[in-house]
Amino acid sequence: MQSPTNGAFPATLAAAELRLPTNWLDYTILGIYFVVVLGIGFAARASVKTSLDFFLSGRSLPAWITGLAFISANLAATEILGMAANSAQYGVYTVHWYWIGAIPAMVFLGLVMMPFYYSSKVRSVPEMLLLRFDKWAHLLSSLLFAFAAILISGVNLYALAIVVEALLGWPQWVAIVVAGAFVLAYITLGGLSSAIYNEVLQFFVILAALIPLVTLSMKKVGGWDGLSDKLTETHGADFTTAWGGTGIGSDNPLGANWLTIVLGLGFVLSFGYWTTNFAEVQRALSAKNLSAAQRTPLIAAYPKIFIVFLVMLPGLAAAALIPGFGTEESGYQYNDAIPYLMEQLLPNGVLGIAVTGLLAAFMAGMAANVSSFNTVFTNDIWARYAVRGRPDAYYVRFGRLITVIGVCASVGTAFLASSFSNIMAYLQTLFSFFNVPMFVVFIIGMFWKRASAVSGFWGLLAGTVAAMVNYFWIYKQEIIDIPTDQGANFVSAIVGFVAGAVVMFAVSLFTAPKPAEELQGLVYGTRSPGMSEPPAEGDDAWYRRPALLGWGAIVLAAACYIPFSF
Amino acid sequence: MSDHHGYSEQDVQREVTELQAQSATAARIFDLRRIIGGLFVVYGVIVTIAGINPSDATLDKAEGVNINLWTGLGMLLLGIFFLVWLKLRPTPPPPPPTAESEEKPGE
Repeated sequence: MQSPTNGAFPATLAAAELRLPTNWLDYTILGIYFVVVLGIGFAARASVKTSLDFFLSGRSLPAWITGLAFISANLAATEILGMAANSAQYGVYTVHWYWIGAIPAMVFLGLVMMPFYYSSKVRSVPEMLLLRFDKWAHLLSSLLFAFAAILISGVNLYALAIVVEALLGWPQWVAIVVAGAFVLAYITLGGLSSAIYNEVLQFFVILAALIPLVTLSMKKVGGWDGLSDKLTETHGADFTTAWGGTGIGSDNPLGANWLTIVLGLGFVLSFGYWTTNFAEVQRALSAKNLSAAQRTPLIAAYPKIFIVFLVMLPGLAAAALIPGFGTEESGYQYNDAIPYLMEQLLPNGVLGIAVTGLLAAFMAGMAANVSSFNTVFTNDIWARYAVRGRPDAYYVRFGRLITVIGVCASVGTAFLASSFSNIMAYLQTLFSFFNVPMFVVFIIGMFWKRASAVSGFWGLLAGTVAAMVNYFWIYKQEIIDIPTDQGANFVSAIVGFVAGAVVMFAVSLFTAPKPAEELQGLVYGTRSPGMSEPPAEGDDAWYRRPALLGWGAIVLAAACYIPFSF
Repeated sequence: MSDHHGYSEQDVQREVTELQAQSATAARIFDLRRIIGGLFVVYGVIVTIAGINPSDATLDKAEGVNINLWTGLGMLLLGIFFLVWLKLRPTPPPPPPTAESEEKPGE
């Protein structure tokens, strides 16, 4: 799944004239990849004995695997194409989505929240709300999450279809059915292990696709100096800086100022996405011990710091190479940045790797949503409220069945998405509806013992409704003037957060708190029995210490800002 | 088992601990390093071969860089890295089953 806030991604993705000159060599590379993907599914099938294997890989994976899967689940192709588009449109502001909009939240997840998630042995984020609050908060969050996951996976599928149609000339429905069938096959066979193993493989294929493209693009525009000179000339000096023009009241293309960037993007949206979105957290929960679970988002943070260059530089290069890129006069849309450069620069062979990388990225994004959807639907909805107390094997079978249903529903939402003219703008707004309220309930529940059992449900409801009201009424009806969709998303997020927090506080004042003995290991400052586990052998090495890894990532991200700030 | 809302942290701990004891678990069955290493060696060889004796048109398109050769060699190296890592630190054998079923305190 992509970050909650990535760039505009209109439905009509690539201009008709973009058609990649693929040949048999490229298709051989693509074919090998599909064979390996299915092979992983079959190999992982042998490992599924219990529902825990199917939904959480038996909590057995090493940190480097869960860490790379964590980043890969985020690195969907909507993220790659969308962030390149964002860069072509807004310039170097894109770095905010990475250095302030991801790293602090990932470190917070690893250092502060993961001990609670992992040691309480919950199998999903909603299950944590069941323990901390009550079944109403649990049911509402499960339903919201399942609903959002299917919508988002449908958008991934649809985005894949339009890219494949434009680049390779396959009809949309063929691309949707083929990609859906592969994801379905490998998740149904091997469950989360299969999804995670494929995500790690996808991570490397995506890198192999992007690195040559970025290298050649930079050569073509004459290096960073050539690029920034050209862009300063055509787009103004602020285009190649991170903070230029973000003073409150001053005007910039993003339609946001430093305050909404730091609070809306850096705090609320980003923490909501990275710390409570189960499609991400699930990867860490499948790690083999607490230390590995904590290191999962921290290991992911390091590639995340640098991936921005792989998506931003092609976007900037496209903006520099074609006058008026993204506007009517050039005939290209912002989303065409990476496909355009692939067509211009990559010969057969590397082109096949690049096409494989893009398809892999779409499948990673979809698989992350499908594998988190089947877990929440089976464990949190079906096994808890519909059919309870069956043998474990029943729930594994049901998990496979619901995977089939989930993928079919995604195919449905993919066709549904094709009927909207600007799918990504709507979807990003949906993220602010779904992730932010979950985060506020979570964070208050974790740090404030007094938050009562019923306050979780009302906080979640109030936050969701408030974010929707801000978007549909205050923004869309132009009660308050916000210049862009992105700016509106930042504000919706802040509004949803504040509303959820106020309602939780008010409800808690009038209702009884949870007894202290039921909060052990769920509230900051208490410990659950699992937290006393001794570290595994070798985990006390200095380079595996979570605090060092986490603060190292923060310092590195802050240092990356320096060259782009003056 | 406590009676508040029918479900407590102890219930989750017990259920998950029991399931974990029965798990076969993927990591103990096959090693991802072999798959990544294998795929990248194959890709590396294919793309490197495509980069031997490139045509002028191919070179012109890629800004004069023999990108197939360099990318192919890079992928080959990455593949070999994973295979060497696997060779040096092989998959640990599955732990004996008795170690999994130790008594849980407080149950």
